[in-house]
Amino acid sequence: MAKYIFKRVLLAIVTIFIVCMITFFTMNAIPGGPFAGEKAKSPEVQAALEKRFNLDKPVGQQFVIYMGNMLQGDFGISAKTGREISQTIGSKFSVSAKLGIFAVLTAVVIGVVLGSIAALMRNRVPDRVIIFMSTLFTSLPSFVLGSFLLVIFSVKLGWVKAWSPTEQNLVLPVLALAAYPASYITRLTKTSMLDVLGQDYVRTARAKGVASWKVLFIHTLRNALIPVVTYLGPMIASVLTGSLVVEQIFTIGGLGAEFVQSITNRDYPMIMGVTIFLAVFMVTMNLLTDIVYKLIDPRITLD
Amino acid sequence: MAEETILSVIDLHTSFTTDKGEVKAVNGVSFNLTAGKILGIVGESGSGKSVSAYSIMQILEKNGSIKSGQILYKGEDITKWPESKMRDFRGKRCSIIFQDPMTSLNPVFTIGYQLEEAIKLHTDRRGKEARDRAIEMLELVGVNEPQKRIKQYPFEFSGGMRQRVMIAMALACEPDILIADEPTTALDVTIQAQILELMKDLQAKLGMAIIMVTHDLGVIAQMADEIIVMYGGRVCERGTAEDIFYRPAHEYTKGLLRSIPSVDTMGQRLEPISGTPINLLNMPKGCAFCPRCDAAMKICLEEQPPETRTVDGHLAACWQAIRAEIDAGMIRAEQKA
Ligand SMILES: Nc1ncnc2c1ncn2[C@@H]1O[C@H](COP(=O)(O)OP(=O)(O)O)[C@@H](O)[C@H]1O
Ligand SMILES: [Mg+2]
Repeated sequence: MAKYIFKRVLLAIVTIFIVCMITFFTMNAIPGGPFAGEKAKSPEVQAALEKRFNLDKPVGQQFVIYMGNMLQGDFGISAKTGREISQTIGSKFSVSAKLGIFAVLTAVVIGVVLGSIAALMRNRVPDRVIIFMSTLFTSLPSFVLGSFLLVIFSVKLGWVKAWSPTEQNLVLPVLALAAYPASYITRLTKTSMLDVLGQDYVRTARAKGVASWKVLFIHTLRNALIPVVTYLGPMIASVLTGSLVVEQIFTIGGLGAEFVQSITNRDYPMIMGVTIFLAVFMVTMNLLTDIVYKLIDPRITLD
Repeated sequence: MAEETILSVIDLHTSFTTDKGEVKAVNGVSFNLTAGKILGIVGESGSGKSVSAYSIMQILEKNGSIKSGQILYKGEDITKWPESKMRDFRGKRCSIIFQDPMTSLNPVFTIGYQLEEAIKLHTDRRGKEARDRAIEMLELVGVNEPQKRIKQYPFEFSGGMRQRVMIAMALACEPDILIADEPTTALDVTIQAQILELMKDLQAKLGMAIIMVTHDLGVIAQMADEIIVMYGGRVCERGTAEDIFYRPAHEYTKGLLRSIPSVDTMGQRLEPISGTPINLLNMPKGCAFCPRCDAAMKICLEEQPPETRTVDGHLAACWQAIRAEIDAGMIRAEQKA
């Protein structure tokens, strides 16, 4: 296990390095730059800025300098705002992550519970309703759902306050974020639960005299959740790093919004910072998923 | 010692509700199981053997239920028992092992956990005591290095070893009855023999009664004290192994015997029973086997044959056997006169 993790971490470092390289060079290859903005600047200011951000040097050298600084934990400052990149990412991510964690928890709880109910009441009314709803929510784009939620519950009914920087009401954005993964997990759980319920070992458990609720929670659910766990890693990564669409609709200044903005701004240090952060995050989530997967399914060998 | 009947199944009817209608899988099965004896149940696949076994344990699938009949365990009708009481029947009074050991153990729990779970459910043993009992059981069924094996998962065991674990689990709480539902069907021939040998050994040591379900007459030939032959959810014939093998009276039993290799039939062609098993959605009025029977008579189509004593004294439900008995009776009468 330790050996496996060590190997994976090495691999992750290589992956992240490659991501850095590709991002850095493509970013520089695209026409324009951080200071090719609307307002004309005097040649002196332009030159000074370019010098400050090493833009006067060849791209290769810039990359070496950047990587060198990064290894010392210095991600530089934003070419637009002048603020520390690491600070900006930290504060933006904390917003996205808070939303994301609630959304993930909501999605998992709703998905597993509804999926199990649908499986246990197969072909009866609750199953039909649950599957109809989950089909609906998987096919509804998040910008439609987000706008709907906002208009209906916040504007029309006034039940829930909309998000604002001072009053960060999580309910609506969490629902908008959780809807798709919740529906997906519902269907995943139902399918896999039905499969497991028909397995011989479930019958063995009953034949041993295990109470039916224990058969369900101990012998069935653990096996049924294996596919859900494999979906969890990528899902957590995508939800926690912020959904651009949902953040835009609810005007939440999260990482998703920040990333897109940094690209339109050609804010090179910011693009690099966010990219590296996302890459590290994804890689870590994948590794964690594999480890959890191994923990709940002993048949999996990590090698 | 008087022979004690530990389990009596009386006129059991079990059916399943399906989209296509009611599948009548068991249609009036009766038998007695004597304490400490081995009862064999044979029949082609689909003849209702497993459903009979699951009915006894009340572990039928959701769409199935016992429609009528009684199952007396030590004189008490367990079909009337509430689920909570049935939980104590399962695993403690009566255990079952299944056909496919590869899928019968939960893949995500260790062998030890699964054995100890059964032990903790039905005994006062906890912690180390439960573990020791689990190790003792593994030793008993011939699993080597039980201390090590107990920490392993099912995927680390071969099919034969898994079936041994299933047997260990079934017998851990010393039940009076062990139902073995085709315990060797999924195994290699050499392993089959080992498992059968083990079951015989354990039966001699522990003294439980065994219901040995199989579609393979050869499997129970040397084991069973009594054999029931089933077809279409009914009992066709019952008797000792000798009765069934050397003096089969029911046309279906005769067909079954022609379809298995034996010393007597060496060199001859084996004949599988022609035709397809009956449609349980729509049971025939007469004998269930009639549509496939070469010796069918008119009455076979119209009326169900009652179980009747054959010439040598065992029971068969076959009009041909009844006719033979009548003929023999007439001959005896003639001889007397
Ligand atoms: N859950 C079920 N739903 C519908 N039919 C079933 C179900 N379980 C068993 N049956 C039917 O009952 C009949 C007897 O099955 P079974 O007892 O398993 O046969 P076998 O003698 O091979 O063990 C078969 O025709 C089978 O299709
Ligand atoms: Mg069967």
